[in-house]
Amino acid sequence: MPSISDPVTQFYNCRVLRGHALVEDSLYMQGGKIVDPARVFWDERRRPDVRIDCKGGIVSPGFIDVQINGAYGYDFSNDTAEIEDAVRNVSRGLLLQGCTAYCPTTVSSRPDVYRTVLPHLGPRAGSVENGAAVLGAHVEGPFISPHKKGAHELATLRTAARGLADFDACYGLENLRRHAAYVTVAPEVEGVLDAIPELIAATGVGVALGHTNATTDVVTRAHAGGAGMVTHLFNAMHAFHQRDPGLVGLLGSAGPRPFYGIICDGVHVHPHSVRIAYYAHPEGACLVTDAMSAQSLPNGRYKIGEMDVDVHGGHAYIQGTDTFAGSTATLAECVRNFIKFTGASQVEALENATLHPAQMLGIADRKGTLEHGADADVLILDAGLHVQRVFIGGVEATPDNVHVSEKKLPVS
Amino acid sequence: MRLASPNYVRQRIAEFGPTRDRPFVLGLPTGSTPVDVYWQLVDFYKRGELSFRNVVVFSTDEYVGLPRAHPESNCSFMHRHLYDHIDLRPENINMLDGNADDLAAECRRYEDKIALVGGIELFLGGAGSDGHIAFNEPGSSLGSVTRAKTLAYETVLANARFFAGDVDRVPKLALTVGVGTIRAAREVLLMITGAHKAVALAKCIEGGVNHMWTVSAVQLHPSALVVCDEDATLELHVKTVRYFKSIEQVQEQLIGRENIGVRGSISRLSRSSAHATGSALSTGGDMSLAHSDGGDDDDD
Repeated sequence: MPSISDPVTQFYNCRVLRGHALVEDSLYMQGGKIVDPARVFWDERRRPDVRIDCKGGIVSPGFIDVQINGAYGYDFSNDTAEIEDAVRNVSRGLLLQGCTAYCPTTVSSRPDVYRTVLPHLGPRAGSVENGAAVLGAHVEGPFISPHKKGAHELATLRTAARGLADFDACYGLENLRRHAAYVTVAPEVEGVLDAIPELIAATGVGVALGHTNATTDVVTRAHAGGAGMVTHLFNAMHAFHQRDPGLVGLLGSAGPRPFYGIICDGVHVHPHSVRIAYYAHPEGACLVTDAMSAQSLPNGRYKIGEMDVDVHGGHAYIQGTDTFAGSTATLAECVRNFIKFTGASQVEALENATLHPAQMLGIADRKGTLEHGADADVLILDAGLHVQRVFIGGVEATPDNVHVSEKKLPVS
Repeated sequence: MRLASPNYVRQRIAEFGPTRDRPFVLGLPTGSTPVDVYWQLVDFYKRGELSFRNVVVFSTDEYVGLPRAHPESNCSFMHRHLYDHIDLRPENINMLDGNADDLAAECRRYEDKIALVGGIELFLGGAGSDGHIAFNEPGSSLGSVTRAKTLAYETVLANARFFAGDVDRVPKLALTVGVGTIRAAREVLLMITGAHKAVALAKCIEGGVNHMWTVSAVQLHPSALVVCDEDATLELHVKTVRYFKSIEQVQEQLIGRENIGVRGSISRLSRSSAHATGSALSTGGDMSLAHSDGGDDDDD
């Protein structure tokens, strides 16, 4: 709660994202929260202490990325020995990019990795010291389909023949409850479909569907059982078929429809597909990067885990090929690409990177919004939606007060 | 119309030269007519042409029982349209508290505060379609002071548009400055525009002083200015409208702008006047009717 003595900051000369529109208005923050200027004015009888001229720019909530595997050379699943360094540097780096909150994502791993790593990926507040807020881990796999494993390691995948007990054996239910925001599972994997409501009841985590070949009937039942999110729509799921639309088809359901992550780097999903999906279910769209460790690395050749990677032109390639090693997009780029692909408005693009992810995680009262009482995680963007200034908890984050160190990677 | 009233306010404040010890005391209304005026005043402030640092304001009314945070309270209205955008000092803002425990004491406090700052220099007001000024509904005493008033049905209907069209949600009681309070101000500027105000303007100018049309009390004021548009004059006699328009012509031709003070006081005839008659034109004590069309930038 802001106290009366905290200084009041006013953003002016700007358009504020509020009420699903960009309105010419001021935004006030005090004590790390967005506050009601009328209340400050009438209760405290004071004018703002700090006034920030936004030069006609757009004031938006900070971006929220609910699927990101690493960046700056770090990887949340592999850097088990340096997991604190990984979280610290990725959090700080993302903050400077305009992403003020995120879910560090783990790929399918062995149980010991989850025991080691998940406790470090649990919720932590954002600040210029910590970097972006950590909203809890996105635990992707290993209860996924071997036919749609993507880059996941086959040997780590498993089934849940014993239901919830297998989830406990793999992750530790208490571990999930305390540190995970949501898990991605494939509902056709043995034991998973029935375990979904039990898992939610036991741990409170969200459940997303992905890396799956499930038929329409199975995904519909999984969704009805509480799985409210689709992980990277179109990628690692069977293609839309007119008589068995599957997981993609959930966007066309007459009943309630799920949130869905979608990677708008122009590579993972064709722009036409983005457009079709978006207009089928605009309220569910969540822009994600699914970025991997090479994101934000300077051009060069690196050995990342077992992989030899070439970074140039803003992309990472498997060395010696023109095959992408993975996504290296930033969420800000995805927001701009999304507008290009769909012709949607700036308001819609921004809400897909702020409000919808917050709603998906059930935290839209304090994140992803500029309503009074929300955390003061604020971006000033120019008219082209390039990030100009970043504020976290009401404090400005700049390269001067946020220090990011890339992981020292062997050169390959 | 757009610029007549705000320009006048700006000129008056500039000519007054307010200081911290001698501030310019302004009475401010709510309603749809002042919105444009306030927007223009904010624009003057943003362009560095007007400062409110030494201006003290008194708002003219407030609903009783409406939470201050309600978007249609007068506090919210004034904050949204004016206070949030200018350099008015919070301690110089006086609002009536419609949620006070003792409404009568609150009204007395308000009158006392007006007296404490030396009285209102310029009172801005509008007129309701039933001829009320502030919330001095038909039947108000023409000598009234700040008090609680029951709103007339016509007023409630007119305000329903701010409460989602639901008459039941409009407050029925309000605190308002009195007709006497307004008459005690050193100058009154009324903004009366639109065809729906035509009858009220006619009653104000051509009818007698009448407590059923409380805005008519300005007829007794030594220094009153009414700014209106063509539509608002629809119920006036042609003779009346011509007379007031002719004043403007006379001012141009005979007197010259350089000889007219901000408040209309005339010092001498223009030296270049071809019609110098030697007859004295009355100074002060006259109501002037500033008449502007949409595109005109008359500043009277």
